[in-house]
Amino acid sequence: MANALNPSATASQPPAAMTRRKLGDRAFEYLTLLMALAVFILIILIGYELAHGSTLSLKKFGWHFLVSSDWDPVSEEFGALPFIFGTLVSSAIALIIAVPLSIASAVFLTELAPRWMRQPLTIFIELLAAVPSVILGLWGIFVMVPWLRTHLFPWLKSSLGFLPLFKGPIYGVSMLAGGIILAIMIIPIITSVSREIIRSVPGLQREAAYALGATRWEVTRIAVLSYAKKGLFGAVILGLGRALGETMAVTMVIGNRPEIAASLFAPGYTLASVVANEFTEATTDIYLHALFELGLVLLGVTVLVNALAQLLLKTLGGPEIKSQH
Amino acid sequence: MKLTKILALAAGAFVALGGQLHAGDPMLINGAGATFPFPIYSKWFAEYIKVDPSVRFNYQSIGSGGGQKQIMSETVDFGASDGPMSDENLAKAPGKLLHIPTVAGAVVITYNLPGSPKLKLDGATVADIFLGKITKWNDSRIASLNPGASLPGDDIIVVHRSDGSGTSYIFTDYLSSVSKAWESKVGKATSVKWPTGLGAKGNEGVAGQVKQLPGTIGYVELAYAHQNHLPFADLKNSSGHFITPTLDSVTEALATAKIPEDFRFSMVNPPGDKAYPIAGCTWLLVYEKQKDSAKGEKLVQFLNWAMKSGEGLASSLDYAPLPDNLRDRVLKRIKTIQY
Repeated sequence: MANALNPSATASQPPAAMTRRKLGDRAFEYLTLLMALAVFILIILIGYELAHGSTLSLKKFGWHFLVSSDWDPVSEEFGALPFIFGTLVSSAIALIIAVPLSIASAVFLTELAPRWMRQPLTIFIELLAAVPSVILGLWGIFVMVPWLRTHLFPWLKSSLGFLPLFKGPIYGVSMLAGGIILAIMIIPIITSVSREIIRSVPGLQREAAYALGATRWEVTRIAVLSYAKKGLFGAVILGLGRALGETMAVTMVIGNRPEIAASLFAPGYTLASVVANEFTEATTDIYLHALFELGLVLLGVTVLVNALAQLLLKTLGGPEIKSQH
Repeated sequence: MKLTKILALAAGAFVALGGQLHAGDPMLINGAGATFPFPIYSKWFAEYIKVDPSVRFNYQSIGSGGGQKQIMSETVDFGASDGPMSDENLAKAPGKLLHIPTVAGAVVITYNLPGSPKLKLDGATVADIFLGKITKWNDSRIASLNPGASLPGDDIIVVHRSDGSGTSYIFTDYLSSVSKAWESKVGKATSVKWPTGLGAKGNEGVAGQVKQLPGTIGYVELAYAHQNHLPFADLKNSSGHFITPTLDSVTEALATAKIPEDFRFSMVNPPGDKAYPIAGCTWLLVYEKQKDSAKGEKLVQFLNWAMKSGEGLASSLDYAPLPDNLRDRVLKRIKTIQY
């Protein structure tokens, strides 16, 4: 994009056409700048309104809000730590499950699948993205959670029970169930973006690798995945963004208990869920302000995680490659 | 605070605009608030069209908190709430707000035990279960209330509402009235800091969780338990009788509860022999001095109709109607509305 706007790219044009082109380019540049700024301004405004809506709570609890585990609407003591923990852990579980699955299916769809299979499979994956989250949540309560409780969790407990992660009573609804439902929700996003990115890896790359006698696996690994890693990382970040803010489906399966537990079988709670659950019936000012502050914290967590991801991206190296669409 | 105001205004504007687009000739009266009575209010508004075709009601069930906020900022013509308004909020309202009780509901204790035995429980035991002090189903305190029932030695898993709700308010109000420990440690509110258990969203979430997971105990609205054929416990009331929750035993609770002049009351654990102890009321919130006299007149006519004829529709939707003595008092209060 930066190259396209670089004047040197148009230097060989005749002067008259050049000024006309330049005018159009300018206008286009400003227009897109305006659009890009609108998004930026929107986020600033959201942040401002959230901060404004939570003044009482900010004043009363200060930084203590971030480290306190107390959430008691009756005595009006509020702290966000268990919710921050729940948000981060459930999203991390979702990524651990979704990233290998999504990238593997993207590789299959672009590199390995027979041509007749690609389109139908892609459509199915994109359909999954269109399932409303409340439907996924209901499916989660009535189908997924009972299955986890009677099949997967007991198996995990008996085979990996020596880890603190898989200790304790099994209720079905749990941090792990929340992470799994999130994984299901972000797989379509990561897969479709990864697919576009892998498709945009130049064919020459592959041909060069084949010419050197590489096997199919080696071509995929060296010529495709390694080349596309920055773009794939971006796809993962998009998925993470959705996981952090997802509300309905998670609240239906996570157990909604503001508690920090080592076991993934224990219930948890997320920032977005508690706001959605308690906002409608909150009547006192400080309570409302505390809920607003949870929104502010969620915005902060999202910005922070994204910033960290950008930093990590810088250390990755490799060519910058973006989706063609 | 600003954003909430803007949201409230926007919602109000949306309600008003939506109404005007559809209304045409009939006058439109807007209300917003509690979700618990939404089915009966919808029924009333639909029936009332036959009584007075010149007025339409538009009710948005946005939650009690929202209902209180909107009537306080006068973006709606009436509000609705599952809990009485606090003194603090009443003082903030621009005029005197009246609480008009409409119907009552009960909260029942449901559980998942092998063979679904009919349990009998008392307040102190329920409070200690929800406090996490009684942890096994075969605890001597449960067993002594239920001689002959076969109780497993499993852990009790408490399920409570995760969303703020009038149902939780009524239930925690009851627990506070029967247990000092509950009152001092947890208290009563639409959402509280639960000492133990899993949170599930909505009546359907609690019911779903209890149905699936053996050893669970939870609370849901009576109507919900009826419609979904859940087992529920008989509760010992303050006169020492074990009472099965039914609409009659709820109306009986209302009839014997002490109800103050401003109708801001809690009716848990009333003294009547046949009264079921965990019951609560839901209210409409209207200003004593109506700003728009035409709307005010129609609203008062509707309230009178609701008390006289609307109450008869309540039990078909599993709500308990107000007892006659309370209904007379409410009708008198409606007369004081000025327009």
